[in-house]
Amino acid sequence: MIGLAQVYVVAGLAFTAFAALSLTDASNPKRLINGAFWGLLALSMLAGDQLGDLGNGVLVLALVALAALGLGKGSGGASEAERAGAAAHHGNRLFLLALVIPATALAGTFLFKLAPALVDPKQVTLVSLTLGVLLALACGMAVLRAAPLVPLQEGRRLMDTVGWAGILPQMLASLGAVFALAGVGDVVGKLMAGVIPQGSLFAAVLAYGLGMALFTMVMGNAFAAFPVMAAAIGLPLLIHQYHGDPAIVAAIGMLAGFCGTLMTPMAANFNIVPAALLDLPDRNAVVKAQVPTALPLLAVNIMLIYWLAFP
Amino acid sequence: MTLWVLSGLAVMVFGFVLRFNPLVVILAAALASGLSAGLQLVEIVAAFGKAFNNTRYVSVIWIVLPVIGLLERRGLQERAKALISGLKGATTGRLLLGYLLFRQLTSALGLTSIAGPAQTVRPLVAPMAVAASGSDDPAEQNRIKALSAATDNVGLFFGEDIFIAIGSILLMKGFMDQQGIQLSPFDLSVWAIPTAIFAFAIHGFRLWRLDRKEAGQ
Repeated sequence: MIGLAQVYVVAGLAFTAFAALSLTDASNPKRLINGAFWGLLALSMLAGDQLGDLGNGVLVLALVALAALGLGKGSGGASEAERAGAAAHHGNRLFLLALVIPATALAGTFLFKLAPALVDPKQVTLVSLTLGVLLALACGMAVLRAAPLVPLQEGRRLMDTVGWAGILPQMLASLGAVFALAGVGDVVGKLMAGVIPQGSLFAAVLAYGLGMALFTMVMGNAFAAFPVMAAAIGLPLLIHQYHGDPAIVAAIGMLAGFCGTLMTPMAANFNIVPAALLDLPDRNAVVKAQVPTALPLLAVNIMLIYWLAFP
Repeated sequence: MTLWVLSGLAVMVFGFVLRFNPLVVILAAALASGLSAGLQLVEIVAAFGKAFNNTRYVSVIWIVLPVIGLLERRGLQERAKALISGLKGATTGRLLLGYLLFRQLTSALGLTSIAGPAQTVRPLVAPMAVAASGSDDPAEQNRIKALSAATDNVGLFFGEDIFIAIGSILLMKGFMDQQGIQLSPFDLSVWAIPTAIFAFAIHGFRLWRLDRKEAGQ
């Protein structure tokens, strides 16, 4: 059955290529650090299950040490004139090629669900994405007449743009696991439950909505905030004491948390990685672009819970 | 259980405010909270390593870079700009409004991974939005690029919860199940619709105002 294991092999080979091309990149003064960083990530993808928990922990320590030393950026890529010339030559075929990944993801999501013996039903999305990438590479090299090294070298160049921020989301997810082990959520929940004035429904709703957004901002993830806030305020006060509709309290409470996700650098994959990928000089530029939408929407969510959940 | 367990949160906040390398800050936060909770150093490193290994799927997205890089080298961004420049009436606001609607609707159908910062925003949406503005001021161009990424996030976040099999819906159902409250995924997903409409209205209003501002210049 095709599942995560095969996806990790493809990812491991991609990172191996990034590492090898970084090591031989004469334009990058820190090529050894880049090579080691992506090499370790390749090792994690290819052999993480064989390393053991402590071995993986030491691998993380090494990744962080390399990031602290600082990764470099190599040059490369085509000049603007060259790209404009290629664009005129290839025309709208470029859009068709760009659509191969989304189209494969779309088709795979539906088709693989029909073949649960072939593809792990829980990993349909990742398998489809990986398949889309391989298909797009094959089509791209054929249609655009590119040697196999060209896409890998261009991938290495973009990976340099992203740098260590590329593993920030994975690191934050791992931190969430350690926080859970240490019981951080329980303590925050007890503190929150203690500060709400008794007898005011609106104060309870406000504390629930704001708490969801704020705790999401600290943790970078509404999934981490939901069980804490629901257990501290949503369930005992809003649902049991004030008889709120549990579906509305939960669903819109989660969306209040999503407003927090829009406002925090801790949600690295949504906010910091795109800034790196778009080569923006301000790391927080995407967060700043989102706050004017997130704040009014948070207020709307709090009012929606207040109006809809308590008939 | 002591309040010292929260020291990890303080490390995160101060580390980010003081702009230390975030990877170092994350590790320091794990150590602070872990040690406060009475865990051994080796235990914390092992727990972190185990979680890192279990969440590798998060970093798989980077395999799209060779495809995006190849298409960019062959002029995808330039082609996207040319297409928009040739369209009459294409403005940054209208373009991003259309993308917002597309992203919300496809996410509501569960198709969350057909678009994203690496798949669509960098190669297509951001260059098109910049081209539609006609601005050659780098600061303004960067603002429009950031707004393109922001529009992608808003569309994703306030569309995906309408789909019944998305992670957050299953998390809520699982949590309520454990508390003895039976909810169907449909009960939860239907209540994501009011917020989705408001999200479109609020972000759409900002995009409309952006067009007004650009037209006034």
